[in-house]
Amino acid sequence: MPSTILEMRDITKTFPGVTALSNVNLHIEEGEIHAIVGENGAGKSTLMKVLSGVYPTGTYSGQIVYRGKECHFRTIKDSEHLGIVIIHQELALVPMLSIAENIFLGNEHAKRGVIDWNANETRARALLKKVGLSEDPRTLITNIGVGKQQLVEIAKALSKEVKLLILDEPTASLSERDSQALLDLLIEFKQQGITSILISHKLSEVSRVADHVTVLRDGHTIETLDKQQINEDRIITLMVGRSLSDRFPPRDPNVGEVVFEVKNWSVYHPLHADRQVIKGVDLNVRKGEVVGIAGLMGAGRTEFAMSLFGKSYGRRISGEVFLDGRKIDTSTVERAVDHGIAYATEDRKTYGLNLIDHIRSNVTIANLGGVSRRGVIDDLREIDVANDFRAKTNIRSSSVHQKTGNLSGGNQQKVVLSKWLFADPRVLILDEPTRGIDVGAKYEIYTIIAKLAAEGRAIIVISSEMPELLGVCDRIYVMNEGRMVGEMAGSDASQEKIMRAIVRGEGKAS
Amino acid sequence: MSTETASDLQTETAPAGTVGARFDVAALLNYLRDYGLVLALIAIMIVFQLMTDGTLFKPVNLSNLVQQNSFIIVMALGMLLVIVSGHIDLSVGSVAGFIGALVATMMVIWPLGVVSNPLVASIICLAVGGLIGAAQGYWIAYHRIPSFIVTLAGMLIFRGLCQALLGGGASVGPLPDDFKALSSGFLPEVIGTYTVIAPTVNANGREIMGTGLVLHLATIVIGIVGVLLFAYFGLLARRTRERFGHENEPFAVFVVKTIVISAIVLFLTFQFSTYKGMPVVLVVMAVLIGLFTFVTKRTTIGRRVYAMGGNLKAAQLSGIKTDRLTLIVFTNMGVLSALGGLIIAARLGQAVPAAGLGSELDVIAAVFIGGASAMGGVGQVAGSVIGGFIMGVMNNGMSIIGVNVDYQQVVKGLVLLGAVVFDVYNKNKG
Repeated sequence: MPSTILEMRDITKTFPGVTALSNVNLHIEEGEIHAIVGENGAGKSTLMKVLSGVYPTGTYSGQIVYRGKECHFRTIKDSEHLGIVIIHQELALVPMLSIAENIFLGNEHAKRGVIDWNANETRARALLKKVGLSEDPRTLITNIGVGKQQLVEIAKALSKEVKLLILDEPTASLSERDSQALLDLLIEFKQQGITSILISHKLSEVSRVADHVTVLRDGHTIETLDKQQINEDRIITLMVGRSLSDRFPPRDPNVGEVVFEVKNWSVYHPLHADRQVIKGVDLNVRKGEVVGIAGLMGAGRTEFAMSLFGKSYGRRISGEVFLDGRKIDTSTVERAVDHGIAYATEDRKTYGLNLIDHIRSNVTIANLGGVSRRGVIDDLREIDVANDFRAKTNIRSSSVHQKTGNLSGGNQQKVVLSKWLFADPRVLILDEPTRGIDVGAKYEIYTIIAKLAAEGRAIIVISSEMPELLGVCDRIYVMNEGRMVGEMAGSDASQEKIMRAIVRGEGKAS
Repeated sequence: MSTETASDLQTETAPAGTVGARFDVAALLNYLRDYGLVLALIAIMIVFQLMTDGTLFKPVNLSNLVQQNSFIIVMALGMLLVIVSGHIDLSVGSVAGFIGALVATMMVIWPLGVVSNPLVASIICLAVGGLIGAAQGYWIAYHRIPSFIVTLAGMLIFRGLCQALLGGGASVGPLPDDFKALSSGFLPEVIGTYTVIAPTVNANGREIMGTGLVLHLATIVIGIVGVLLFAYFGLLARRTRERFGHENEPFAVFVVKTIVISAIVLFLTFQFSTYKGMPVVLVVMAVLIGLFTFVTKRTTIGRRVYAMGGNLKAAQLSGIKTDRLTLIVFTNMGVLSALGGLIIAARLGQAVPAAGLGSELDVIAAVFIGGASAMGGVGQVAGSVIGGFIMGVMNNGMSIIGVNVDYQQVVKGLVLLGAVVFDVYNKNKG
């Protein structure tokens, strides 16, 4: 029988007014990949913060036994010292420092405070090779993509002689391909004897790599399944506490005329003026249609959408946009919104919401004209509007005066949607609408999308989760390296077909 | 700060079915936390009232206090918007000094004919202030130069121009009486005075200052009308909210709040009425406070400034023209700095090279004491005004007691730090 590396017994953690964890038990075996799944707010991240010492000993009750010894971590340093390293969902890298500097931040190879850069670089190269990242260690973090940043975080963990690696939603912002690479890396680590705890919403990943799955719900351990028992439907049932007969709401598409059309759209990189990011893209959407854009991370999907929406990305933008067959000008966000185009961002915290303000003002900010007269806001009408959308999109909060920063990811996403719905768009571009939110909230978002399409709006969904696109879209475009490399009806699309289009497109592009 | 936040807390913390005294106490504590700043101001006033043996609230001193510190509050109104939008303006003291020098030179030295008229000169100077603000805002908004750097440059430039305009160390004056009325004038007594106790007359037949009790009736009428309007509009707003089915703060809280504010206003107007009446600059200030409260709370432009400060990128992607908005915010700051400069010059009766020197720090401190966030997106007019008064009362009170100027700075610094620490602590707890 394999030996136990970690046991957490009867962990209970309360915050004022809420019990986040109640008698949670977790049993991790040496050298396994152990997945923890649960809806947002189930207590996964809290449990990991207890384990890593973010919440110091004494602020929770229960025992942590690591390698046979009971541990009382006061700080993250204490747990890192024993080889427990956590990589948070929001990466903790300093953008303007190099890869090597980030890997050894706070841990530099130095003699009496003087850094030996050569030693650092050599070590960094070795670590980067281990995680399969071919970048110069002197490259600044800001110049590499999220997927590579994730790998830098892992290299950083390796530099700390990690024994137990905890990854909180590591693939949330990664493309399919980068996610696969990351999971392969975890399997490789397993062979080297590194134990991993994987927190994830993506059940396909979990069932692929995990040896055990522990399901949390509302701060309780529900069940731990072993490899033979892992089954997506069963996990979902355990997570939500009810059977989700279908992951996508039924739809009866009623597709009409072409509403929105983009022709020969080209965009250059904002910093590297000669790098073409979008290369002559054509796209159209019909009334009441949900169109997906599939592609790998870095394919240019977000760049395409943002450059369309008021030139919010890139330089030297060219191409034509048509609404109802008439050419329109979308060169500023305001003009795009006036024409009835809305773009709900993939990164709601950075680009979508004013986190320090309440739901009410976030909902109306893109259409203040709708609640004001001659520049004066009608308070009461605004509250009515906010309450209306809170009910319509099922935002869970104490009232519309709750700060959006205190909402869960799914509810924040509903506020972003509400904001754009209040602007009453005819064309709605949703960029990764369900990133980092739980199964229940995903279903709610899909329901909203279905309803919007039924109202006759044209909807574009950008997503890195192929099952999601297959589940909600009537038609799917495939994008790769700034080009449209495929287009297929939702009914005869499949993951294989999409992947094939990408792979073929890659050959063509070179 | 807002009442809505308080009612949120209340609904969250009070379990359903809790009734009676405990509920009220919890609610009351929440409201007290909301009004912590007002309580701090009152506490500081009481301390100085005692330490100055009652001089602080004497009518003469109240007039002085208002006349000496109004420019800080006027500039704090502009600074609030600058700070909420996520910027800072270090140049306001220098701009005020420069405008003071400009207006004095226009009225006293340059033979400009009609343009030397105090009113015309003042209006031109406000426009110049706006241009200065716009020039600084242009670099900040359209060239993304950090506001700290642009306005630091402005601080040096306009202090230098101020001194150059005044020909080195000289001062320019005396300024016309019509102009000085902006700071040292009082509202004309249109109703008349009412003698309660006749002042003592000395051997020359002159009245001795500070004796007797003569009321300026116009001031009292303004005070009473103001209080009645305040109560009326408060009730009206409640009624409308009720009609729309929205939550209100508890009626008891509303009544207590209205009575306390009314009592303070009536007391102050009464004190003013026993001296020379309502200072002109107080009226200017009150109108501006009202205007900016309205702009920040009720208008789309105000809302957009908060959105921009809260999350610039999200605001841009919501269709807000953040560049233009930044330009407007700095232009507004320029106009208010100019008005501050006019008020300073009018009070001194001349333009001096050091006018407004260091006042940018008092202005910024007032806004931060008032609860604004250095990160942008948070801050209120009422808070900044109270912050300004806290600075003013401390300046005035410490001068009366005779605290050394050096130590006045130390005390002000400590109060600034203490206020912000308290605020941060309070927010983390709430």
